[in-house]
Amino acid sequence: MFNFKSYARAGSVQEAIQLLGQNPEAHLIAGGTDMLVKLHKGKAQFDHLVDIHDIAELKFITQNDANDIIIGPLTSFTQVAESELIRKHIPVLSQAVLTIGGPQVRNMATIGGNLCNGVPSADSATPLIALDAAVMIEGRDGSRQMPLESFFLGPSQVALEHHEILTAITITRDNYADYSGHFHKYAMREAMDISTIGCSAVCKLKDDTLQDLRLAFGVAAPVPIRCKGTEDKVRGRKITPKLLTDIAQSVPADVRPRTSWRAAKEFRLQIITTLAQRVVEQAILNAGGTVQ
Amino acid sequence: MNRHITFTINGKKKEIQIDVRQSLLEVLREKLGLLSVKQGCAVGECGACTVLLDDVPIDACLYLAVWADGRSIRTVEGESREDKLSRVQQTFVDEGAVQCGICTPGFVMAATSFVEKHKQQKVSRYEIRRGLAGNLCRCTGYDTIVTAVQKCLDEDDA
Repeated sequence: MFNFKSYARAGSVQEAIQLLGQNPEAHLIAGGTDMLVKLHKGKAQFDHLVDIHDIAELKFITQNDANDIIIGPLTSFTQVAESELIRKHIPVLSQAVLTIGGPQVRNMATIGGNLCNGVPSADSATPLIALDAAVMIEGRDGSRQMPLESFFLGPSQVALEHHEILTAITITRDNYADYSGHFHKYAMREAMDISTIGCSAVCKLKDDTLQDLRLAFGVAAPVPIRCKGTEDKVRGRKITPKLLTDIAQSVPADVRPRTSWRAAKEFRLQIITTLAQRVVEQAILNAGGTVQ
Repeated sequence: MNRHITFTINGKKKEIQIDVRQSLLEVLREKLGLLSVKQGCAVGECGACTVLLDDVPIDACLYLAVWADGRSIRTVEGESREDKLSRVQQTFVDEGAVQCGICTPGFVMAATSFVEKHKQQKVSRYEIRRGLAGNLCRCTGYDTIVTAVQKCLDEDDA
């Protein structure tokens, strides 16, 4: 039996906000695949739970009138991966979430939980920050929106006040419509593993030039990050093999990997430079371009 | 922290009292005596506790029993009919996809859902491996298990 001390079940977003307000020690539990592991290990800081597992209004994938794609945070990874809307318009997200855990975990774990955990290895985070996704947050004082990239504050820290919850993830049409992408997860196993490095690239081409590139890495810094220095340098350049090697040479300045038991900093840097070229090249090919 | 929940287990409706701190794994084993549901790692890595929740495989160790309220659960105990094994079960036997047996119920449930989901589809061995990636086996080397699943799908074709 898990050893939590209090448990309250929320049936709606408003109820969840109220319940959080009533208990300053409360933590949200959604899909449970991270929280129940922490509880199994007896971590006392998660003794008080507000359960949002069955809030129906947070389970959806939809398109609004402007054709922006909006994902409810309680959507499971399987639902994200198999969504026709996602597969058609942002296949890079589908590709990324299919590398998470195994089928059972993907059936239970939620995309919102992955983001709100705030870990640098969150595999759904890099495609979403590459797509300039925004998050909608609701709390006691109403709702607010912010770029997902600035939602990540540090390891296991996100920009949520205690009484707030994530209610939607939005990818606006202009951020996906003319873009193609690619994702690669470097890990020791092909499934049931945590990223040593995760990499997402999305790009927009015009004739033989790279009109726009967004390059994002997981586990390359305390939070999932974008390589904006590199992006600025290569925007508008002709697509050549030299462009790819220049990207590889430039990315180390954008990242801050560290040594952990999983991999040494030097090894991570090696993976980052290699993946930068390969993933960008594949994104270019996916966009119908050629490298020559 | 007690609650009453109602769910369908292997085709039968049940109303039981649970503690909200209990996992579905504990309730299935300890309250309902469904001992096919094994606790291996208890942290969602090994798949020994795989059950089907509304026909979708989940790890019962990382699922609060209270969440099962109103849903339908299948375990290996409900797969055979009148002493006749299900096709997936029989194929596991025929292909020698069983050795020590501890992972087998979880594998059978994951494989059952995979076969149901991929009916009439051409599926590679690699895709079967990915579909069963949430289950660990320390005996078979997986090859016989993948063959068993492949055979179930091939028979579908015929």
